[in-house]
Amino acid sequence: MKIYATYNIKGGVGKTTAAVNLAYLSAAAGRRTLLWDLDPQGAASFIFRIKPRVKGGGKALIRGTRTLDDAIKGTDFDDLDLVPADFTYRNMDLLLGGAEKKAVRQLAQLLEPLGADYDHVFLDCPPSISLVSENVIHAADVLLVPLIPTTLSVRTLDQLTEFVGGFDGRRPDVRAFFSMVDRRKKLHVQITQDLRAERAGLIASAIPSLSLIERMSTERAPVTAFAPRSVAARAYQDLWSEISRIPVLDIRDILMAGGGGHGYGENAHRNRRRGPGYRCRGTRHQDQEGHGQCRAAGNWCADRAPACAGPAR
Amino acid sequence: MITPALRGFVLDASVEDGVDPAQDVPPAVLTALSQAFTSVPDRGAARTRRCLFLDTFDWRLYRAGLVLELEQARGGSRLLLSKADGTPQADQAVTGWPPRRPGLAWDMPAGPVRDRVVVLAGPRALLPVVKAAGTVGVTRLVNTDGKTVARLYAENLSVTSPAPSAGGTTTAVLPFRLSVAGVRGYPGPARKVVGLLAALPGVTHASQGVFAAGLAALGRHPAEHISGPDAELTADMPAATAVARLLLRQLDTLEQNVDGVLRDIDTEFLHDLRVAVRRTRSAIKLLAEVLPEDVAAHYGAEFKWLGDLTTPTRDLDVHLLGFDATAGQLRAAAPADLEPFRLFLHHRRAREFRRLAAALRGPRFRALAQDWRKVLLELRDASARPGAGRRRRRPLAAAALATATTGKAFRRIVSQGRAITAESAPESLHNLRKRAKELRYLLEFFAPLHDPHAYRKVVGDLKSLQDCLGDFQDSQVQREELQALAAQMLAAGAAPAATLLAMGEIAANLIDSQAAARDDFARRFARFAGPAGQQRVAVLLAGPGQDKAAQEKTAE
Repeated sequence: MKIYATYNIKGGVGKTTAAVNLAYLSAAAGRRTLLWDLDPQGAASFIFRIKPRVKGGGKALIRGTRTLDDAIKGTDFDDLDLVPADFTYRNMDLLLGGAEKKAVRQLAQLLEPLGADYDHVFLDCPPSISLVSENVIHAADVLLVPLIPTTLSVRTLDQLTEFVGGFDGRRPDVRAFFSMVDRRKKLHVQITQDLRAERAGLIASAIPSLSLIERMSTERAPVTAFAPRSVAARAYQDLWSEISRIPVLDIRDILMAGGGGHGYGENAHRNRRRGPGYRCRGTRHQDQEGHGQCRAAGNWCADRAPACAGPAR
Repeated sequence: MITPALRGFVLDASVEDGVDPAQDVPPAVLTALSQAFTSVPDRGAARTRRCLFLDTFDWRLYRAGLVLELEQARGGSRLLLSKADGTPQADQAVTGWPPRRPGLAWDMPAGPVRDRVVVLAGPRALLPVVKAAGTVGVTRLVNTDGKTVARLYAENLSVTSPAPSAGGTTTAVLPFRLSVAGVRGYPGPARKVVGLLAALPGVTHASQGVFAAGLAALGRHPAEHISGPDAELTADMPAATAVARLLLRQLDTLEQNVDGVLRDIDTEFLHDLRVAVRRTRSAIKLLAEVLPEDVAAHYGAEFKWLGDLTTPTRDLDVHLLGFDATAGQLRAAAPADLEPFRLFLHHRRAREFRRLAAALRGPRFRALAQDWRKVLLELRDASARPGAGRRRRRPLAAAALATATTGKAFRRIVSQGRAITAESAPESLHNLRKRAKELRYLLEFFAPLHDPHAYRKVVGDLKSLQDCLGDFQDSQVQREELQALAAQMLAAGAAPAATLLAMGEIAANLIDSQAAARDDFARRFARFAGPAGQQRVAVLLAGPGQDKAAQEKTAE
């Protein structure tokens, strides 16, 4: 199960439209896909015509009196399910904080039992930096950051990168893409070009600013579903094509491939980013035989050892 | 995915009328559903359905309560195994299967379905039983928010029989079928749809799946495969009628298997044919008193000819069926050493099979089957006519014949078995095995006349003795055959030294297993023929409900 989260500290940058369309494209490709609408505004739920209500609210989910599985609703599309938004999600920070001090892995734990049911999970996050966003960042394998090409947006990306860089242990792969790009605006064109030249890891595909994307709220469907040949849909298809190629290692892939090796025990799940040929998130790990250390996040592990120590390549 | 417990509905002709091809669903159904939902035809999801249901010739999957379906689609085929009520058990993707010629179960592509099927089907081939094809229309049922909350599947299928039975049809159209699929998180609307459909006149819950409905529509039933005792046998029936009936049943079984033997579909056709021949020969020998005098001698000889004709092919089949297991037991030699022997067996089998097939297509076998049926039908009808058997003071009843012949066969085994000592020649055990088989056949012929409980006990004892005698004799025969085959391979220049050594090791293993069976004989025979075994036979022959009387008699 790969977990993608669309996230930005700023609001109105195209997080929900990206989450909805990417989830639809993932399902259309035959992947069992779940979208969790974490934004209490419930825009993603609205687009899929599902009432923004979870029995017992966010409290029941966080406290475990209701499983996430119970809250799932089928959308109109094959292989695409949704956990609807609920207005009580506005208090999710309090709910998460109530369980224990700085509970940053609770969302990840809620998602864990669904590992066998879904190939891809998309988290549509509310804006702001909060305990919810920290939970999302800890749960996600890939953090997708829609970026309007403005100076302030670039600043928020820097803030976010710094924030994620300060995490201990595993971190998501932060990937930004330009969203709501207006080619008629000089500034948009300029910043898009400059930033691409300056920063590695920026996704090449960009989502243009189009009224057809706004029509999703009236059509109540992903633009990739109701206008699959439009420019907007093609932009999302290109974006998904790039994102789906980002290597993310699933612990089940290792186990199924018979990659036992040393140390695939109870810590295997926790260490799942440190597999063969995949990008290492661990900064202070040492393998059981004490081979070296991998301190820089983003290095590639050559070793099959779960505790990454292989030389960067 | 059809929601479990929302199995489906069948529409009768009155509702089916006027199905709008643009909607796929009868208007009456749409009107009923419009009370709660808006129906939206989902053109993109509509599809054609082509599937093939398979089973062995003797319906092993059906009898185990399973249905094997090959769902054929453009993107690839899938094998689906489900219970008779539709509950899925296993599925796997397959390509290039089934082969044009019926394939053996163990030649299926590896996967979870094969794993389940092989256990049940054993060495049998999987034959196409019913083909179904047609269209599946999908209608989305949406709520007031425009959200799809359930889906209605409308199946319009026709079925064809790849092998129509006598009196059955080759093609039939199944009644229109509807099924409801719930959407995750919306159980209420799916239940509502079911409620609305169930209340509609002319719509009934589907009591059968497509396979069972297809079989019924084509006039096919697993009972068409004859096996087990004749349930219509009664105790008061004239003995000659009973014997004619049970022999006709054997003849039916024999003829039913001839086609499968000639097409060489799987080895069990020949096995079942041989069992029918052996049963016929035993009945002719043991129940001769109710057959016309010249009949027993003539047909006894003819069926011996038929039995002998089938023996070489079957013996080679047995070698080949157990080849891998035998090769796996080798310790000194390697399994690969035996490959020339396997090749030789295949060549020999092909030659023997040609001889067998030629004889089964020949005039002698045709005449035997036709004349024997004529004789049996005459015997059955004559003995059932009023006044038949008037030369006797009281015509012999089936129960009396069963008791007399079964008792006699049992006593013969007891006396022959008691004469066997540790020094007795192997032939004495071979003869005892033949007597045991005869008793087993008599018990099976007259099974409907016996008390089931007493019958099971006696057959259990007998089966244990037969297994031991079978192990002993089979080891003996196989060893002798191995020696003969080794000699033939040498003569044909097809016997590398390593192969002969490996065959020698197999022969040595056979001596061990024969010795083990010989050691076990005394214990098993004592259980069968000792006081407790005799008591069980006495209870059986005393007839249903006579347990107590027989016990008292024995106690005296």
